[in-house]
Amino acid sequence: MSILVDSRTRLIVQGITGRDGSFHARQMIDYGTNVVAGVTPGKGGTRVDGLDVPVFDTVREAVEAAQANASVIYVPASASADAILESADAGVQLVICITEGIPVNDMLRVHHLLAGGNITIVGPNCPGVISPGKCKVGIMPGFIHKPGRVGVVSRSGTLTYEIVYALTQAGIGQSTCVGVGGDPVIGSKFTDLLPKFEADPDTDAVVLVGEIGGADEEEAAAWYTRSPRRIRIVAFIAGVSAPPGKRMGHAGAIISGGKGTAKDKIETLMNHGIPVASDTSQIPDLVKKVPG
Amino acid sequence: MKIHEYQARSLFESAGIPVARAGIAQTPSEARAVAEKLGVPVAVKAQVHVGGRGKAGGVKLANTPSEVETAAREILGMKIKGSTVRTVLVMEKVDIAQELYLGMVFDRDHRGYTVIASSAGGIDIEEVSAKTPEKIHRVFVHPVQGFSPHQAREVAFRLGVPKKASLEIARTLVLLHRVFVQTDATLAEINPYVVRPDETTVAIDAKMNFDDNALFRQKSVESMRDTGEEEPLEVEAKNADLAYVHLGGDIGIIGNGAGLVMTTLDVVTAAGGKPANFLDIGGSSSPEKVRRAMEIVLKEPGLRVIFINVFGGITRCDDVANGLVQVFKKMNVPSPIVIRMTGTNVDQGMKILNDSGLNLKTFPTMQAAAKEAARLAKP
Repeated sequence: MSILVDSRTRLIVQGITGRDGSFHARQMIDYGTNVVAGVTPGKGGTRVDGLDVPVFDTVREAVEAAQANASVIYVPASASADAILESADAGVQLVICITEGIPVNDMLRVHHLLAGGNITIVGPNCPGVISPGKCKVGIMPGFIHKPGRVGVVSRSGTLTYEIVYALTQAGIGQSTCVGVGGDPVIGSKFTDLLPKFEADPDTDAVVLVGEIGGADEEEAAAWYTRSPRRIRIVAFIAGVSAPPGKRMGHAGAIISGGKGTAKDKIETLMNHGIPVASDTSQIPDLVKKVPG
Repeated sequence: MKIHEYQARSLFESAGIPVARAGIAQTPSEARAVAEKLGVPVAVKAQVHVGGRGKAGGVKLANTPSEVETAAREILGMKIKGSTVRTVLVMEKVDIAQELYLGMVFDRDHRGYTVIASSAGGIDIEEVSAKTPEKIHRVFVHPVQGFSPHQAREVAFRLGVPKKASLEIARTLVLLHRVFVQTDATLAEINPYVVRPDETTVAIDAKMNFDDNALFRQKSVESMRDTGEEEPLEVEAKNADLAYVHLGGDIGIIGNGAGLVMTTLDVVTAAGGKPANFLDIGGSSSPEKVRRAMEIVLKEPGLRVIFINVFGGITRCDDVANGLVQVFKKMNVPSPIVIRMTGTNVDQGMKILNDSGLNLKTFPTMQAAAKEAARLAKP
């Protein structure tokens, strides 16, 4: 098994006629993802060069025509919040938003409008979700992954690839890798995804890749010890040397008011029994060593 | 994005919040003219983005027009934590019965906003929070449900000020919320907000920060940007669509992806090196982006080494290496370059770099590359 995406995923690409949307639609299809439709308002009925995927004006039409159950978003930041809401209105259960640069107020609105509903949002500002060998939704390079029993949750993009590549090189395969996104307001936090891995009989351990800013890592640590857990967690935190008050690339990677430092996060994780790698090259060994 | 006090003050004034009468000046004689219009005494306040200007001598009281001129002459051109004062705000002196703190912030942990009010105004709110937390009153503001007048009154009545003042404060909080949401702010702060002896109220300070991601729809806010207050290289990088942070060390850092660059800084620091900067060229790694990145990093004063750390994913390592070689052959790079690369086709990529005839030092691990960069940076 795996979480979120697998061979049953029937995917819509929102923004499929754009540069990123069409490029990654092709990459996903090549990986074996079942891309059933694309959506670009005003481009319904057209074709994207070299892609055998119908294009619709609205998500609702795409869902009805192609029985889609998931959507990935590659539309500009100014239109992304509405794209998420459109998918939600059309009954899509999983929405993965790749777009970077969405205003905080837009994501706050989306979060509260959809909170408590039967929908999972991943991202924005994320590489997406991949269940190796089954389904890739997003922009990550598929071929660095390998099917296996370790989950990955990460606030980062290329740093995740780096870690996944090291795992694969060490012979450790992955069940599902989720990029949760680098923004301060994201659809799924670590604590939303860890229970899904806990419930997945084919995941034994999870690598959690955090960074400065916010308190998602601390919440994950608290979740881990709240009740006995089947899965084991190994963590890495980026930004040990980051100065306070500076946004380190990601909108969410900022130490503000003395809160969200890497040091505090590492201490909290270790206090909750989660080993933290001091550099990325240690992660495969730590994963092999965690008692399970 | 940050703006100056006088700009935040005018946003508050347009929103209907009572603000002390004031005007701005760029020269001592302009300051005098503003004071003559307002009537003395006045406060002359340095306009800089950094905090702590009072302690640095950037705020002075003046009782006569000629004192205003003298105060402005002293403050204009003053350096406060690296910022040069180019504008002063000349503000009427307000009679004070009580100083309060009123603010609203984006509350990341609760995915909403928090309105904060305190009876301990005029001092740093984080200090109040640490020493006398009982003096701070907070209310969560739901992003969809909004902020109702009754919620504002509930906070205002807890401040222990006369009822007339409480009602004015509640009104100010509602207006503060309105301007906050309308401008895509992440922080709006009035410290202090003053209760006068006659129980009326007025803002004698103003501060606002904004969400950079929302500037595309906040043109009038963006027009208030003062690039003179920002790191010049950060401004240049922003114009080239690159994420850059000036850090002040001697090892230039370039990488693809924010998390990877942050990790590179950590590894370099652990190896005893001092990063000059954070520079993310984005997930892909096109030669054009690398060239622009190099041009900016090379302007870092005191640069001794450049460390490039790239993960080759969809853009494979051999393509990245070809791009790097192409860029370096056209550029005259005076500093040694350390490159660490991993990912798809890493061996081919390394071979391209090593066979290029350029003076590049390549390493397969971040740790080894960081150690070498730190060693090369030693004088």
